[in-house]
Amino acid sequence: MTLQDYLGVSVAPCAEAWDREERVPRRVLTELAGLGVLGAHISAAQGGRGRPATEWGEMLEAVGAESMSLLSILTVHAMCSFAVARWGDAATQEEYLADFVSGRKIGGFALTEPAVGSDAKAVATRFVDAGENWSVSGCKKWISAAELVDVFLVFGQTEDGPTALLVPRLTRGLSVVPISGSLGFRAARTCEVKFDHVLVPKRWTIGPQGQGFGWVASSALDVGRFCIACGSTGLIRACIRASSAYARDRRQFGVPLGEHQLIQAMLAEMTTDYKAARALWRAAAKEREDLQPGSIVETTTAKYFASTASSRASNHAVQIHGANGCGPDFPVQRYFRDARVTEIIEGSNQMQQLMIARDALAAFAPKRGK
Amino acid sequence: MTQIEARTKIRAFLGKFIPEQDFADGDEIFALGLVNSLMAMQLVLFLEKDFAVKFANQDLTLKNFGSVDAMTDLLVRRGVIGAD
Ligand SMILES: Cc1cc2nc3c(=O)[nH]c(=O)nc-3n(C[C@H](O)[C@H](O)[C@H](O)COP(=O)(O)OP(=O)(O)OC[C@H]3O[C@@H](n4cnc5c(N)ncnc54)[C@H](O)[C@@H]3O)c2cc1C
Repeated sequence: MTLQDYLGVSVAPCAEAWDREERVPRRVLTELAGLGVLGAHISAAQGGRGRPATEWGEMLEAVGAESMSLLSILTVHAMCSFAVARWGDAATQEEYLADFVSGRKIGGFALTEPAVGSDAKAVATRFVDAGENWSVSGCKKWISAAELVDVFLVFGQTEDGPTALLVPRLTRGLSVVPISGSLGFRAARTCEVKFDHVLVPKRWTIGPQGQGFGWVASSALDVGRFCIACGSTGLIRACIRASSAYARDRRQFGVPLGEHQLIQAMLAEMTTDYKAARALWRAAAKEREDLQPGSIVETTTAKYFASTASSRASNHAVQIHGANGCGPDFPVQRYFRDARVTEIIEGSNQMQQLMIARDALAAFAPKRGK
Repeated sequence: MTQIEARTKIRAFLGKFIPEQDFADGDEIFALGLVNSLMAMQLVLFLEKDFAVKFANQDLTLKNFGSVDAMTDLLVRRGVIGAD
């Protein structure tokens, strides 16, 4: 079965129900792993599927067009498994990577805390030296799909500074409290994850101790932004798909809505946004395939554009659907709620603007003479 | 590759972000605020690609990437360029 077929049969018809129930069935992730989605970003040499970023991006766009909640679970899984593949030591990779690729284990990402968001290197969670182990204490908040995740990449402070550590969910002293009723990404219900003197082997430290922010979190967030850029592009496509079908069928003033030029203007803007968002993530993917240092800013730009464009597109989609856009029978109200979230996660769009602008100040300013 | 060639390459890369006359090879680019933390990841990508090296965890300290001198030393220690 192709991914497209699978999404059509097993995701599209269920996405609304998952949103209402605030959960995605675990088997869906296992099935996506079987289709090569969960290990696409991990090299074949490390036991992954080793797909080029462009191909992986197509998969993410396709998933985003059906369920952004599901896309967000793939996103945190990719961030966690990427970090292990990039920064973990050989024994930890041996222990985890095969399970991440096969979907036997789902990874999560636990950075944000009740009092610490954008200024992420200020996390207050503590990793205290306890011989062979770290003793982890603190509280993480807004952790995607934490009820389903098997192992979290947790960021906390050691004496040497911020550090990343793998912590299995089923560890004594770790508790998960779901947060119901969020605006969007509902089926990937976020949770508070509390750590009360949780003992974790030090060998599960990911990346250099004290350098967990500059390398591990930064590079994982870069992966996360790529996923959200592609997924949001899919979301724009979903908005156009729903709106053009509706504008063909629904008649007002004796003609289909699509005959009214003001409706056409919205469809034109959505379609242009879709093509631009797609071009941006594909440009970023190309740079990622070539391991270009510029890939980080390209990816940031793609995420910034696709997330804001998906908000515009879903806003238009609701408008074109009128009351039906607000009601429960059409998916566009879900698109509208999910699009809004993409502007906040993986670094809020203000953070993206800062990165893009700092790069512009360096790259576009004329060089000063001697 | 010689150390001089390596330095020239690193300076040229940094020159895309900071005017080359604004930093000396010993200047601490992070400490002096010449570049932001995003730069750390970009530097790793650049050095790994252009010098065909894969850094180990113990290499990844901001200190090792903090100046042209430090990066050149790191490449020498990794055996990618000669010790001149
Ligand atoms: C659905 C959902 C899922 C999530 N999943 C996860 C997850 O799995 N793991 C995880 O660790 N986190 C997760 N988060 C948290 C998310 O990463 C944070 O919400 C995000 O980083 C922003 O942090 P904050 O909400 O604390 O906002 P704050 O940092 O408090 O910012 C509030 C507002 O101020 C703006 N702002 C802050 N600083 C500046 C500045 N210097 N200049 C200009 N504007 C500024 C921000 O852009 C934002 O608009 C999730 C959030 C949501 C909504």
